[in-house]
Amino acid sequence: MTEYEFLRLLWWAVLGVLLIGIAVMDGFDMGTAILLPVVGHTDMQRRVVINTVGPVWEGNQVWLILGGGAIFAAWPPLYAVAFSGFYLAMLLLLLSLILRPVGFKYRSKLEGTRWRTTWDTALFLGGLVPALVFGVAFGNTLQGVPFRFDDTLRMTYTGTLFELFNPFALLCGLVSVAMLTMHGATWLACKTEGVVRRRAQHAGIIAALVLAVLFILGGVWAARLDGYVLQSFAGVDAPSNPLTKHVVRQAGALMNNYAAEPWTKAAPAIGIAGALLTALLVSLRRLRGLAFVASGLSIAGVIATAGVSLFPFLLPSSLDPDSSLTVWDASSSATTLLVMTVATAIFLPIVLAYTAWVYRVLRGPVTAADIEADPHMTY
Amino acid sequence: MVTNMDVVQLSRLQFGLTAMYHFLFVPLTLGLSVLLAIMESIYVTTGRTIWRDMTRFWGTLFGINFALGVATGLTMEFEFGTNWAYYAHYVGDIFGAPLAIEGLMAFFLEATFIGLFFFGWKRLTRVQHLATTVLMALGTNLSALWILIANGWMQYPVGARFNIATMRMEVTDFYAVLFNPVAQAKFVHTVSAGYVTGSMFVLSVSAFYLLRGRYRGLAIRSMTIAASFGLASALSVVVLGDESGYMAGLNQKMKIAAIEAMWQTEPAPASFTVIGIPNIDTHETDDAIRVPWVLGLIATRSLHGQVEGIDNLVSQAELQIKSGMIAYGAMQTLRAHPDDATARAAFNAHVDDLGYALLLKRYTPNVTDAGEDQIANAALDTIPPVMPLFFTFRIMVALGFYFIALFGTMFVLASRRNLERHRWLLHVCLWSLPLPWIAAELGWVVAEVGRQPWTIDGVLPTFLSVSSVPAWNVWISIAGFVLFYSVLAVVEVYLMVRTIRQGPGMTPRPAGPAIAAVAAE
Repeated sequence: MTEYEFLRLLWWAVLGVLLIGIAVMDGFDMGTAILLPVVGHTDMQRRVVINTVGPVWEGNQVWLILGGGAIFAAWPPLYAVAFSGFYLAMLLLLLSLILRPVGFKYRSKLEGTRWRTTWDTALFLGGLVPALVFGVAFGNTLQGVPFRFDDTLRMTYTGTLFELFNPFALLCGLVSVAMLTMHGATWLACKTEGVVRRRAQHAGIIAALVLAVLFILGGVWAARLDGYVLQSFAGVDAPSNPLTKHVVRQAGALMNNYAAEPWTKAAPAIGIAGALLTALLVSLRRLRGLAFVASGLSIAGVIATAGVSLFPFLLPSSLDPDSSLTVWDASSSATTLLVMTVATAIFLPIVLAYTAWVYRVLRGPVTAADIEADPHMTY
Repeated sequence: MVTNMDVVQLSRLQFGLTAMYHFLFVPLTLGLSVLLAIMESIYVTTGRTIWRDMTRFWGTLFGINFALGVATGLTMEFEFGTNWAYYAHYVGDIFGAPLAIEGLMAFFLEATFIGLFFFGWKRLTRVQHLATTVLMALGTNLSALWILIANGWMQYPVGARFNIATMRMEVTDFYAVLFNPVAQAKFVHTVSAGYVTGSMFVLSVSAFYLLRGRYRGLAIRSMTIAASFGLASALSVVVLGDESGYMAGLNQKMKIAAIEAMWQTEPAPASFTVIGIPNIDTHETDDAIRVPWVLGLIATRSLHGQVEGIDNLVSQAELQIKSGMIAYGAMQTLRAHPDDATARAAFNAHVDDLGYALLLKRYTPNVTDAGEDQIANAALDTIPPVMPLFFTFRIMVALGFYFIALFGTMFVLASRRNLERHRWLLHVCLWSLPLPWIAAELGWVVAEVGRQPWTIDGVLPTFLSVSSVPAWNVWISIAGFVLFYSVLAVVEVYLMVRTIRQGPGMTPRPAGPAIAAVAAE
């Protein structure tokens, strides 16, 4: 294995880790926001829910920012194609993501009922819309999207916003919503008490079972879809130019990697088992913390399933399969990947260490009494 | 390939609007974070609770501001992909890394500890909480470092080379990108501008309290801190602005010439035009007041260095375009016949001017068939808009000197414990509130309009950098941002004003006749 090939594989794995990081860390905030109207019926109940994520959502959101930055740095063509191709979907995602920070910060600054219910709706949408759009984006990636490059590697995209919301992509969107709702419910089961916790536990069981069913359904459907197969390419350590390969469409190709490397079936298996385990554990008094872990594992399994199904593709093109982006032709230069590897190796452990410390400081459930004791500092 | 000029103009408009909006929040975050760390350090060392109350009060305002800073920063990151996709492809290999490292090294630090800053008062010891505040401020400032390394590279693209195989720029020397002198100068200049903004905010709000006779203890202490920190920062902003000018003199000659509206090269050392009216038609500056030698000294730091005029630089650009055409032609040959040694030699000799050839794409997609007048037009395109640069730069500099004067005055009064002596001065402090924002925004106008017609100076023209999206998509996003951002601005200002009017929510200490007067009402 050459250095460049290794770095490309490594950054494919890092991309997966970052996507899982976004879904696990930022995901429980979004799930919590989706559950806000379900588990919080009174203003105080809602404040409790919001304050469980109050001190940590800012840090969690950095996973999303880092994910974007890492794709830009390690996979520039993917960044260019996905962001400009999905232009209006990205706008929708962005506007809903903007709602969240301001919703958290501003909701409880004023007393009025209308003020607060408006921001509650904003927070709900700020959780639901990104969860849906992420899933829809994955659904389209699995099917391939209509773009092509000219000889200067300028990309044109011929799809529309409405085509993105096709039936299979919508199913993936629902998988994503169920997944993050489940994850948010396990978070609330750990961080709240009384009636809010009971509601969260019920919601968690339902979301986990819905996730398992929809995910299996998605798998059955995906096996019948057209996938993409790399016929010839310039090499695993060739310069990154997507126009140096030949790709064909093939029915059922999304399943090829599972047939070739049976151990990769662990990914979907973990996705399903994690969800079922979450449904089982979330209501148990002493094992609520484990439910959060099981839910996180399920998320990792679901996202890894998408990655394994696509490999070595990052983003196939349905319009001109030869323009597809793969691990071998859409990366940064070896130098940049190396610099990024060193930076990640130094800083990610530090980030994880202080994040863990902050969560330890903030351990324990949030109660109405906590909020009444410190009304100026809490949300 | 010819890009749609509507999309270019709309994308520039949107990026300009969202960037300027984002930078309404960033400087205050930069400045207040450091002021919070200073105030809390005093609390921890002296144990006086008023300093803790001050940290919490200014912290509340910091939080309201921070939320929008984060939210609008996300937009900036997205736009490099959504609206500037060809840019993302062409320079992502270099430009992406500082952005990703910014997330890893700075954003995580700042965002993880800001939550603890608000929620950790009861869970942490005093020293632990101070450490939280300091780490938050550190993260904030480090993020400015990385984004300015990225921006500095746009102004002065070192350590990178064009690769024919991948049709993009690639890193050759990451160390050079990291320690880019332009980036270093811009970092200190920008961060100092943020400190000035934070100081002015604290100074103005404190002046408001003193004028109303409220929270005198908090206001006087806050003002003292703001005046001294503000004076140091204002001095640094001007001195480091000079450093930026020197760096631009070395690397962005056209930007300096346009800021000065200096059409012809003057004998060294060049004079500095304090004010005047640039005349685009005659290439003269009417009614100009000039100070001899000053520009030559700033830009070259010598009595002999030439500061080149615009007309001269346009002739040079013409030569570079012709050289770039050779590189472009050789590139086409090499793509068909990668082993052609003559083409390889020609390409290597002229590749540094390849970007200049790309300017011709507006006039002829094939580049190599450009005629003399097309080359002349492309060379004229290298002049950034002279008028806006000339005036915005002068207003910014004037404001910089005003800040030194105001903070200096308040610093002298504070050291004599006489801040309330002149009520009119308190009014001046209050009404000076918007000025640092104006200066900071104008600073970005100078930096980024002055970089035109390039996104990457001399490497990639702006009109080639955009995405191939339909213009109506960009119209929709502009409308969405304007609507969304306007609502958020109203909410933000309303909450800020309300929080300021409510005050720190602690019992004012009876001190001074003003308090007694309010109490009697």
